[in-house]
Amino acid sequence: MNKFSTLMAGAALTLGLSLGAQAATLKMAYDADPVSLDPHEQLSGGTLQLSHMVFDPLVRWNKELGFDPRLAESWERIDDKTVRFKLRRGVKFHSGNELTAEDVRWTYDRLVTSPDFKGIFAAFEGVKVVDDYTFDLVTKEPYPLVLHSATYIFPMDSKFYTGTDEKGEPKDRLVKHGDSYASSHLSGTGPYVVKSREQGVKVEFERFDGYWDTTSPGNVDEIVLTPIKEAPTRVAALLSGDVDFIAPVPPTDHKRIESSSNVDLVTMPGTRVITFQMNQERRPEFKDVRVRQAIVHAINNEGIVKKIMRGFATPAAQQGPEGYAGYKAELKPRYDLAKAKQLMKEAGYEDGFSITMMAPNNRYVNDDKIAQAAASMLAKINIKVDLKTMPKAQYWPEFDARAADMMMIGWHADTEDSANFSEFLTLCPNAESGAGQYNSGNYCNPKVDELVKAAGSETDPAKRAAMLQEVEQILYDDAAFVPLHWQNLAWAANKKVKVEPILNVMNFPYLGDLVIEE
Amino acid sequence: MIAFVVRRLFQAVIVMFVISLLSFSIQDNLGDPLRELVGQSVSEEERQALRDELGLNDPFLTQYLRFVGNALEGDLGTSYFFKEPALDVILNKLPATLELVFGATLIIILLSVPLGVYSAINPRSWFSKTVMGMSIVGISIPVFLTAIMAIYLFSVELNWLPSYGRGETVPVFGSWETGFLTKDGLLHLLLPCASLASIMLPLFIRLIRSEMMEVLESEYVKYAWAKGLSPLRIWFLHALKNTMLPVITVGGVQIGTMVAYTILTETVFQWPGMGFLFLEAVNRVDTPLIVAYLIVVGAIFVITNTLVDLIYGLVNPTVKLAGKKS
Repeated sequence: MNKFSTLMAGAALTLGLSLGAQAATLKMAYDADPVSLDPHEQLSGGTLQLSHMVFDPLVRWNKELGFDPRLAESWERIDDKTVRFKLRRGVKFHSGNELTAEDVRWTYDRLVTSPDFKGIFAAFEGVKVVDDYTFDLVTKEPYPLVLHSATYIFPMDSKFYTGTDEKGEPKDRLVKHGDSYASSHLSGTGPYVVKSREQGVKVEFERFDGYWDTTSPGNVDEIVLTPIKEAPTRVAALLSGDVDFIAPVPPTDHKRIESSSNVDLVTMPGTRVITFQMNQERRPEFKDVRVRQAIVHAINNEGIVKKIMRGFATPAAQQGPEGYAGYKAELKPRYDLAKAKQLMKEAGYEDGFSITMMAPNNRYVNDDKIAQAAASMLAKINIKVDLKTMPKAQYWPEFDARAADMMMIGWHADTEDSANFSEFLTLCPNAESGAGQYNSGNYCNPKVDELVKAAGSETDPAKRAAMLQEVEQILYDDAAFVPLHWQNLAWAANKKVKVEPILNVMNFPYLGDLVIEE
Repeated sequence: MIAFVVRRLFQAVIVMFVISLLSFSIQDNLGDPLRELVGQSVSEEERQALRDELGLNDPFLTQYLRFVGNALEGDLGTSYFFKEPALDVILNKLPATLELVFGATLIIILLSVPLGVYSAINPRSWFSKTVMGMSIVGISIPVFLTAIMAIYLFSVELNWLPSYGRGETVPVFGSWETGFLTKDGLLHLLLPCASLASIMLPLFIRLIRSEMMEVLESEYVKYAWAKGLSPLRIWFLHALKNTMLPVITVGGVQIGTMVAYTILTETVFQWPGMGFLFLEAVNRVDTPLIVAYLIVVGAIFVITNTLVDLIYGLVNPTVKLAGKKS
């Protein structure tokens, strides 16, 4: 049987190849390699990029921020709290086991034990298996983001991960630090299998010959992923032809890459917003909405984007980017120095005051330069800024301690949804519920809390979008924080590597579908 | 001799003890390792639970004593990132760094001795002046810049040499994989070694030149000339031998600097050695790895300095080793 299926898969592959282009090898360089082969160990871009190579999600995001069926073939909402999914039939794991609904349940149950991922599934009750190819995702309350969350469910091979390893530890053990079976062995349904891996040096992938998606145009049968930490070296490796595909590409090198005749640069507006928060508990001045408005009006974020980011960012006036439910197109950046001065005068701070500011210097693109620019812009409305920048490793403890009056924070919504920004950045801080965990400004408006909460159980997309847009409007009027910009994304590849179709704003290149032309 | 080595060993243990204490006490200022272990949206409670599990909430002394206890059994802790014993991770990366340092040393020796001697013998020739001029430039350009410029010239523009990594390696013994035995490996070694050598090379050329000029003025050399010995014999046998004494001393001290510069060189060339590993460990707040690295580097310092002292004795038998009964 097994032999037969391999034969069939082989035949299908040959057929695919004869229709498509020749099989090819892709050499690519990211700034880092995956931390672990365990998809539940850490919620990070690197882990998800790997997951899309060796596993498949139930559904995945497409370029239009909609959902494409992957392992789930179809789905329908059967009641307020339940969405029923039909699983694709005949899907094989790398081990040869067949995917069933039981694997989905098993994966879900493991996923919610992960400290990193459990937050995304807080609203869920669990997975209910109906039959081998049907299961229900059940939520505690009516929940609008079932499909959003389903993009995080990459079914694992439950039989493969059951039992104990040679050390006598259970194979499915989830360890954040230290060795585990799952961190170095894997069996998924994805287009690639890991051939060899030397952490920090390279990972070699081979196309899975039993891959279910025979309609995929992808013709890459081997991938060598090398982490190259230094951006200039990464760019040089691409330009010299040592690698075919790199990400990220620093803004300073865009011109050089665009002017090169055999590489392509692909950029997209990203979804990570960069902001400053104004701590109202540390500074009574910040309690005055006029002062906060003055600060927002004094910081020329379009100028920062133009000069410091070299155009490689989208100026922001709200939390969520375009395409998200709560995005309100009317909200525009509001740099106006005269108005800022006027507001300071009205608030009675014409002569200004002194504040402290902190920002990381290796977390976001040009973070320290942005902070320096903001500090000098604030000097123009007589706010003297004592700025301290530091490496991210030292910054986060300071951020947790709310150690400065203004602090920089960037945020990307794991759910690709507007409400997530508010949940972490602008809800009233509440240590018990975890709301506003990153709200170092201590901004608190019950109306915002109420709307975000209501949006959390509103399953009508239009009504929900209206609520979230109202949230953005309130935050804008309240000058709850200083919006700077959304960081753009950039990738560069050799011209024969057709990366554009497989890239998306989530920064999960769908390498299974990558075509390399000869 | 044996007394000397024993005494040095004893010193080494003290040095490493001090290093471990120092690196252990600064680790709280390096940042929060938990931030690198978990995603941004993980709650503070979850992070505290993990901290407890890792024993990071214990008092300093408890943590340190636990570390020393394990260290005495040869366990320097487990790297958070690699999930393997920190010492194993470092020893795995050690060959790459040693080969880099070895290649750079080779370049330095092969170039600095002939160039230094030549410019000492012919101080006024245009070639000597060019060498001296170049060495000023070389000593002033940071290794980071040298490396990037070399990559752009030789990899991107000319396409002669690879831009990053070690290339093809072959196993020699144990886990030691060498790049010296394959063509691809040698090509990959060229740029990183040359960049690393670029900092030390000018220093050694100048040092050898000035020492050599001094020696050439000395009485015994004049006597040798009077005796009618061949110039080659005078320069390379009699004069050079005495020139090398201070060079060896400086060389021993500079090995340490070289190890420090491997951090930069390895980072630029994505060289999978322990210097790059260290920088990454600092970025990730992988404290067990940082502490283990500092101890290993401390050991390398002590060993090389001991070796230098021993070689010193061989080159100049009149030098007394400390600890040797006179």
